[in-house]
Amino acid sequence: MSAELTRDDVAKVARLARLTLSDAELDLFTEQLRGILDHAEDIAALNLEGVEATAHPFGLTNVVRADEVRQSLSRDEVLAAAPDAREGRFAVPRILGEAP
Amino acid sequence: MALPDGWEMVIGLEVHTELKTATKLFCGCANMFGDEPNTNICPVCLGLPGALPVLNERAVELAMALGFALHCTVAPSTFHRKNYFYPDMPKDFQISQYDLPINSNGYLDLPDGSRVGIERAHLEEDTGKSTHLGGSGRLQGADRSLIDYNRSGVPLVEIVSAPDIRSAAQARAYAAELRGILIATGASDGRMEEGSMRMDANVSVRKSGAPYGTRCEIKNLNSLRSLVRAIEYEALRQVELLEDGGVVRQETRHWDENLGETSTLRVKEEAEDYRYFREPDLVDLAPSDEWQSRVRAALPPMPAERRTTLAAKLSDPTEQQLDAVTLAVDLDLDAYVLFAYAKGVEMPLALNRATNELAASEVGVVNLSPENFAETLLMEQRGELSATQAKTVLSDILANGGEPKAVAAAKGFEQLSEDSLVATVTGLIEAHADEWGRYRDGDDKLAQFFIGQVMKATKGQANGKAVIEILVQRRAGS
Amino acid sequence: MTSAISIAREVASGATSAEAQLEKSLEAIAARNDELNVFLYLDEEGARAQARAVDEKVRAGEPVGPLAGVPIALKDNLCQRGVPTTCSSRILEGWRPPYSATVVERVLAAGAVAVGKTNLDEFAMGSSTETSAFGPTRNPLDPSRVPGGSSGGSAAAVAAQMTTISLGSDTGGSIRQPAALCGLVGMKPTYGLVSRYGLIAFSSSLDQIGPFAANVADAALLLEVIAGHDPKDSTSLPEPSPSLLAHVNDGVAGKRVGVVRELIEGADDEVVAAVNAAVAVLRDAGAEIVELSIPETRLGLSAYYLLAPAEASSNLARFDGVRYGLRVDAEDVTAMNEATRTLGFGAEVKRRIMLGTYALSAGYYDAYYGQALKVRTQMIHAFREAYQKVDFLIGATTPSVAFKFGEKSDNPMAMYLSDVFTIPTNLAGEAAVSVPFGHGASGLPIGVQLLGPGRSEAMLFAGARVLEVAEGR
Repeated sequence: MSAELTRDDVAKVARLARLTLSDAELDLFTEQLRGILDHAEDIAALNLEGVEATAHPFGLTNVVRADEVRQSLSRDEVLAAAPDAREGRFAVPRILGEAP
Repeated sequence: MALPDGWEMVIGLEVHTELKTATKLFCGCANMFGDEPNTNICPVCLGLPGALPVLNERAVELAMALGFALHCTVAPSTFHRKNYFYPDMPKDFQISQYDLPINSNGYLDLPDGSRVGIERAHLEEDTGKSTHLGGSGRLQGADRSLIDYNRSGVPLVEIVSAPDIRSAAQARAYAAELRGILIATGASDGRMEEGSMRMDANVSVRKSGAPYGTRCEIKNLNSLRSLVRAIEYEALRQVELLEDGGVVRQETRHWDENLGETSTLRVKEEAEDYRYFREPDLVDLAPSDEWQSRVRAALPPMPAERRTTLAAKLSDPTEQQLDAVTLAVDLDLDAYVLFAYAKGVEMPLALNRATNELAASEVGVVNLSPENFAETLLMEQRGELSATQAKTVLSDILANGGEPKAVAAAKGFEQLSEDSLVATVTGLIEAHADEWGRYRDGDDKLAQFFIGQVMKATKGQANGKAVIEILVQRRAGS
Repeated sequence: MTSAISIAREVASGATSAEAQLEKSLEAIAARNDELNVFLYLDEEGARAQARAVDEKVRAGEPVGPLAGVPIALKDNLCQRGVPTTCSSRILEGWRPPYSATVVERVLAAGAVAVGKTNLDEFAMGSSTETSAFGPTRNPLDPSRVPGGSSGGSAAAVAAQMTTISLGSDTGGSIRQPAALCGLVGMKPTYGLVSRYGLIAFSSSLDQIGPFAANVADAALLLEVIAGHDPKDSTSLPEPSPSLLAHVNDGVAGKRVGVVRELIEGADDEVVAAVNAAVAVLRDAGAEIVELSIPETRLGLSAYYLLAPAEASSNLARFDGVRYGLRVDAEDVTAMNEATRTLGFGAEVKRRIMLGTYALSAGYYDAYYGQALKVRTQMIHAFREAYQKVDFLIGATTPSVAFKFGEKSDNPMAMYLSDVFTIPTNLAGEAAVSVPFGHGASGLPIGVQLLGPGRSEAMLFAGARVLEVAEGR
């Protein structure tokens, strides 16, 4: 399956991940990711029909907290690390489209 | 509005409601609308590296309550990450529920007797809010956007209906009924203008009986009015497109309230790849039977049941009275009506005053207790206040508070004593011997003449019924 | 070297002071940090204040904690309020968190003195610290070799006696492998035993924070201090911190120990010889030895390199230039996100983000991520079955002693293979400790790994202690 991983696939994934790759990086990553996925063929090829997926090693359930207000950060602390803050808000360059 | 002959709308609604909790879904920051920007923020809701979410127990309970009210199956559920980049989302993923939502497979019965299926009602977190600088203050054309994360992490329930709705009016009724349920369960304040209830509509059209057509999702429906207008516009647009031989593209469309139009926002050619996977920082949610029973037991009656309760107190109700019943429940005034009824007020009177005077109050009913409502109406019913006086007393108490008797006294609505009313009527009979004679001979219409005279003489303080009683007694005794 | 336990005791009694211990630590750092590149940030001012506070308590006769005056180093993926925290990445350079990790609060409350933040592979993705944006850390035992990773800086800090103890994080071996390569005790605790709140996530379902120390007792003490339920971490186990130090000398008499073929095969001969020698020591100490095979562990590497990058691709999405850290300006927000991430992340991080994004994307989820989750289930069952037969397992920590710089850095797969023995424990959510036992021909230390079921830390430390005693430590 991973032999099918193409340079276009890698370019598409880079867009999804918001990374710009140079042509050289595209080539390198395509080759390296293929290598890793080839190694992963050992599990991709397994028949695990009926085996449950484990997202968590221990079966904790219903971990909740009481609906009680806790101290928030001060606005200065919130904005302290902001690359650009204006009018008490985080400023960003224009947004191209609405949220999906 | 109706579509051209042979066409039918198919509508499904997605309603996002903010839950009325004290804190956010995954952290202890206040869930508060309208505070100074970026003041209800902590490492968790700002998505700082290393911060971890912990689920709000109350949010789970409100979601379950909503599930029960919508006849859903409340089942073990999990949280997923929905991955996409957007600046109002601090982690660049949204924690939501995916293949295992807390509530699924329910329904909502509407006042007209129709039933709309509920596919799911799941928990998720809200995003922050952007304001746009430059341009016209809208997203398009802005130079820069500013982000306030106060809303980030506020608990939401997304309620997804089945595509069972067949008209804009039915969509409106669904949204209104759902809003009533949100308020009744305490899940939400249902304030659309503050964004605590937001709607998207999936609209398609088809020839009656044909398979479903391609649907468009309409966003930005912030009121029942825009819901209706947008659906009607969109359905007609699709029918015209199809009748002209065109095809409907699956897309997301934006409703412009000022233009009264929908327009393309995004074409769904390539489905968004959200890379959903289980949120590893949260554990499964599997409410025990005991927890579920506790939530179910605390559930107050829902609007449909409350309407039935009210309507049952009316004998042979008119269409108008049934509308008043719906309105009384919508406005959360049915408890006042029922209280007054229990105290001996006649149902039509209680319903009438509730859906008119109480409904008109700009400050709500905080100043008027159910006791004082009943007392005012009893005074009216006993003839101690005229209808006009009773309305004035109610309006005054609604605005300023106070006890009915004291307010009536302060207004000079001192009830005429029985004796003085008799004396007044006696005097008028003597002054209008001709009219009295005709009344005595059986012309009942003249009772109105005497009532009018008495009202004039007493500046409206007399009770019409009491006047008639005196007239009847005098006629019988003469 | 003086142990943490004796430093704390002497500080508490007034025989030495926290400030004096701190000065020793700072001197050791000054002597070798330029050469070894262990600390990315030294918090001299903060550390002096902490040390002074401990000493004042002692003078006032107030009780001090079990780590009173003990210098500690923190891996730079642990948030400490007001102290720069970078994850060895340009993207976080200069960021000062407005809050502290639970473990940081706990060690400070126990009286430890946090000297500074140590180097790591960028976002803990690596096995040699070579992927750090701020240059690699050198192995104090042989500066031409790597200290291991990703917690290479925290291991080197203790190995160079810059601090007495340190904290690292282990996602696929990032504590045990550098412990082995630097001749230290390093423990990957049971998933959920230690709160992850304030640990900058790499792979949330695998990450655990754990201790480095020069000896077993210090490691047990440090783990005791940081373990126990934390309401800020939903995956935190509900129970309080276990008693560990008290059981360090419990021995292994009557324990059944499984020697796992798959956790030895492929290792260098000198490593295999060390494991065999360790097995003999355990047998002599009264353990019953059982030969075992757990074939499922062979699938660990593949499962790990799908699961961990997948979670990482999502965990690292937030580094987008909007709220903190680096921003590379651009015309619109999407271009800004992309320019920032492209400049801010190094090659290994990008590679894993790409791999993880691909593994989660539509059409591949079932084949890769979904399948990896199922392998994980099988791994858990296989270990569980093994623990029906034995109390704990033994194997190698790493296939070889510390390797030279550049030896594996050009080939990601070769580097990934250095975690082949440590990964299964993370996938199963269980506990494992690496303890130094013997040396290779180069004179470099070899680590032996003891693996146990969830919550078996006390037993594993006791086993490690038997090996330590056999070596005369």
